[in-house]
Amino acid sequence: MGKNATANKRPIKELELIATKIREDIIISLEKAGSGHSAGPLGLADIFTALYFDVMKHDPSKPLWDERDILLLSNGHCAPVLYTTLAHSGYFEKAELSTLRKFGSRLQGHPERERLPGIETTSGPLGCGLSQAAGMALAMKINKNHHRWIYCILGDGEQNEGNIWEAAMLINKYNLHNIIAITDRNNIQIDGTTEYVMPLEDLGAKWEAFGWHVIDIDGNNIDAIIDACAMARSIVEKPVMILAHTIPGKGVDFMEGDYHWHGMPVGIADIAGAPPKNEQAKVALHELRTLEGKIRSEHQ
Amino acid sequence: MRDLHIVDISSNDIVYEPIRKGFGRGLVEAGRQNDQVVALCADLTESTQIHLFAKEFPERYIEVGIAEQNLVTVAAGLAAMGKIPFTSSYAAFSPGRNWEQYKTTACINNQPVKIVGSHAGLYTGPDGATHQMLEDIALMRVLPNNVVIVPCDSIEAYKATLALSQDKRPGYIRLARDNSAVMTTDDTPFQIGKAQVFSPGQDVTIIACGTMVYQALLAAEMLYHDGIDAEVINVATIKPLDTDTILASAKKTGCVITVEEAQINGGLGSAVAEVLSENYPLPLVRMGVRDRFGESGTPAELLEHFGLTAKHIALQAHSIVKKSVDS
Repeated sequence: MGKNATANKRPIKELELIATKIREDIIISLEKAGSGHSAGPLGLADIFTALYFDVMKHDPSKPLWDERDILLLSNGHCAPVLYTTLAHSGYFEKAELSTLRKFGSRLQGHPERERLPGIETTSGPLGCGLSQAAGMALAMKINKNHHRWIYCILGDGEQNEGNIWEAAMLINKYNLHNIIAITDRNNIQIDGTTEYVMPLEDLGAKWEAFGWHVIDIDGNNIDAIIDACAMARSIVEKPVMILAHTIPGKGVDFMEGDYHWHGMPVGIADIAGAPPKNEQAKVALHELRTLEGKIRSEHQ
Repeated sequence: MRDLHIVDISSNDIVYEPIRKGFGRGLVEAGRQNDQVVALCADLTESTQIHLFAKEFPERYIEVGIAEQNLVTVAAGLAAMGKIPFTSSYAAFSPGRNWEQYKTTACINNQPVKIVGSHAGLYTGPDGATHQMLEDIALMRVLPNNVVIVPCDSIEAYKATLALSQDKRPGYIRLARDNSAVMTTDDTPFQIGKAQVFSPGQDVTIIACGTMVYQALLAAEMLYHDGIDAEVINVATIKPLDTDTILASAKKTGCVITVEEAQINGGLGSAVAEVLSENYPLPLVRMGVRDRFGESGTPAELLEHFGLTAKHIALQAHSIVKKSVDS
């Protein structure tokens, strides 16, 4: 699974089903955990499915394979989508997802490198992922090994951090074009919308001004994600930032677009417009199981 | 001098050299010995002496600009790919500005990122309080997995740099800007985690690190003429601390003085106090900068102002020896 994925393409419909299963497991594990982030992981499920089940070269049976592509989750609070995707890829048993955030679990509240196979770095404190991608790419450059790709997932609110822009300059300086950065542009952060907390727009123009090539896509469209990654790999003059416009909480009506779900699991609070807390998980799972036709990943 | 390992500090031909110079030479040698060693700097190549490495190994040198957060996080990425990155800046900025990044991406990740904090302590002199990093030992000492080294002179800095390049842990090395006395020789032993008795004695233990080791040795000379037999220990590795050597000396002499040109809170003195109070409580005096910021001046003026010369150490020794005899 996963290894040499390009030689064994799955149809988009199959990828959509995987993304739906990942969303269901995100809801279930967060409800069991009783804390954690819902909106970001649900919105990222299509990107993670596309990367781990189509785009990336990796082998779950050899997490340290030295030819693997690397995924760095810079916004570590979206750990549930990373853990769930790793489990569905075969890095560990899906049953372990129910231990999320529990004492003794390998699935820490925020991901830690040495705890779990498939975790490339520790993250949580924001703004550090892109710099580490830069360091990895520099090491590959020193080793004259350019055929591996580094995918770095960034939050949008995370781009309030100065560290991100330090990395943006350095990656441009050394033209580390085997880095493909993907921004989860879901427009929310803890205290409200990104434009309310600290306006980011014109975000694409910012990245272009830093010397990056910017690709805007629908980040909940698996086909578009795969296409954008293919295009990013073909651009060698500049590093590439994919601005993936996603809907936070995607797939669960009462969560979609509502920033209150940024740092909240189902089942612990009554939120305006949502079902009572003891029914939130049930309603969310019911919606996800009847998603058919709702997430249109394939252009029809 | 009645020591086994170091030069005669009472001689007139003591050589003076900035501690950071030893780092610069050590890193070049580390680079020659291991092609996985890489270096990064934040626009301070010559003053941190990393320019020597950059010149010999340009393909293994990365200039990140004035961006200390990026400095250590890029290094973490390099370390994840098997490199051994040395990052240099002034200690006031690194680890002063990037402590959390270092904690998360080097220490929790448990990767061999090395922070080289140059221009630490009062020897930074005229640059004043903003640049005299006095809090670095405390900041670095509390991080799990992290190694903290404060070399006493340029020769020890050379050895410490080589040792850090062979060590798999994240690590911090503290360097001083201005000239300071060279006490050790190529033959003086150095090992991470091992304190060295530079001058054996019976009456009082003086534990020092960095530039203060020389002041401690001068104090021991003064005390010898006053009939007090002081033992001087160079604790170059603050973490992991050589508790065996410290406890053995404390049990022998019955009283301890610590000396550092750093904040009194959380530094070498605190580390020694923790070990002694848990294992062998005894009269202890901690000498350092007492919860104040530095200011502009020559190193000599500042040591005098903050009470960190050999004379001040000798005075404290007289008083603590008397106290421990009386009690």
